[in-house]
Amino acid sequence: MIGLAQVYIVAGLVFAANAALSARDASNPKRWVNAGFWGLLALSMLAGDRLGDLGNGVLVIVLVGVAGLGVLGRGADVDNASERQARAAIHGNRLFLLALIIPATALAGTLVFKAVPELVDPKQVTLVSLALGAVLALGIGLVWLRERPVAALQEGRRLLDALSWAAILPQMLASLGVVFSAAGLGKVVGSLMSGVIPDGSRMGAVLAYGLGMALLTMVMGNAFAAFPVMAAAIGLPLLIQQYHGDPAVVAAVGMLCGFCGTLMTPMAANFNIVPAALLELKDRNAVVKMQVPTALPLLGFNIALLYWAAFR
Amino acid sequence: MNLWVLSGIAVMVAGFALKVNPLLVVLLAAATSGLAAGLDPLALIAAFGKAFNDTRYVSAVWLVLPVIGLLERHGLQERARSLIAGLKGATLPRLLTGYLLLRQITAALGLTSVAGQAQTVRPLLAPMALAAADPADEEDAERVKAMAAATDNVGLFFGEDIFIAIGSILLMKGFLEQQGILLAPFDLSVWAIPTAFAAFTIHALRLWHFGRRRQR
Repeated sequence: MIGLAQVYIVAGLVFAANAALSARDASNPKRWVNAGFWGLLALSMLAGDRLGDLGNGVLVIVLVGVAGLGVLGRGADVDNASERQARAAIHGNRLFLLALIIPATALAGTLVFKAVPELVDPKQVTLVSLALGAVLALGIGLVWLRERPVAALQEGRRLLDALSWAAILPQMLASLGVVFSAAGLGKVVGSLMSGVIPDGSRMGAVLAYGLGMALLTMVMGNAFAAFPVMAAAIGLPLLIQQYHGDPAVVAAVGMLCGFCGTLMTPMAANFNIVPAALLELKDRNAVVKMQVPTALPLLGFNIALLYWAAFR
Repeated sequence: MNLWVLSGIAVMVAGFALKVNPLLVVLLAAATSGLAAGLDPLALIAAFGKAFNDTRYVSAVWLVLPVIGLLERHGLQERARSLIAGLKGATLPRLLTGYLLLRQITAALGLTSVAGQAQTVRPLLAPMALAAADPADEEDAERVKAMAAATDNVGLFFGEDIFIAIGSILLMKGFLEQQGILLAPFDLSVWAIPTAFAAFTIHALRLWHFGRRRQR
């Protein structure tokens, strides 16, 4: 059955190729630091399940040590704008067809693979389809554009060099969320929030729940981690059991309050910090700043919706 | 109640404020909160290692970069730019509002990875937005690009919860079930619809305002 294991092999090979190309990149003064960083990430993808928990922990510490103390370097770009302009004129709009292979495969895969659970792990259909789309587009692209595979890997290196350490920040923050939960951090925040609600105030409970979801999500970087905490601290005992709120509204709109928090925090790195790196923005927080004026009124809407719809 | 476990949050805030490498800050925050909770140092390293190994799918998405890079090498960004530049009436607010609507609808149908920051925003949407905006200087260009990225996030977040088989819906259903409250995924996902409309309205208004302010 095709699942995460196969996706990790493909990702591991991409990172391994990146390590090898970095090591050979004379234009990068820190090439051995880069090679070490991507090599360790390749090791994690390819052999993480065989390293054991402590082994993986040591790997993370070394990985962070390499990126944090060695400081990743950046190699020269492989080509320049006028070359790209010239190539674009030759290929015309068929480049869009190639670019559409990835979403088209993701679409087809999501629909088709659900019907064959024995072939593709139903829980991982999305990631498997995305990986398949990327591999398909790469294969067709190499033939169509008459390129050698190493050219694509060099371009991948250019993009990964631009991302630098931001490439693993989302995974690090996801892991931090797990450790925070194990340390009981969510429960402490939840009980602090429920402690500030005035007795018998339904409005106070709704406000504490909605704002608490947004705030805790901003701290943990993830609404999924915040939901069980706030639902157990306020949503269930107060809104549902004491005030008889509609559980579907309390849960669904509470989660959406959390999503407003996700828009406002650098902790949700894959949505907020990584795009800044991908788009090569100077301000790391430029995307978060752009989202706050949408997130705040939407949070207000959600809290009002919660108040009116849960207690119809 | 052990308030010391909150110290990890203080480490995160201080680290981000002092612009220390965020990877180091994350490790320090995990160590601070974990030790404050009384975890043994070796157990803490193992717990972080296990969590890191279990969340590899987060970083696996970078396998799309070689093909994105290959398309960029052959001028995908330049093509996207000239396509928009050739369209009359393709203003920045119209372009981004159209993308927002498309992203919300596809996400509501469960097609969350059809678009994304690496797949569509960097190679297609950002260059198109730049072509439509024709920025005055680099600072303006940064804001246009950041708005393109923000629009993708808003569309994704406030579309996906309408789909019944998305992770957050299943999480809520599971949580409520443990408390003895039985709900169908549809009961939950239908309550994402009002917020989806509100998100579209608020963000579209902001895009329109953003376009107006830039013209002055």
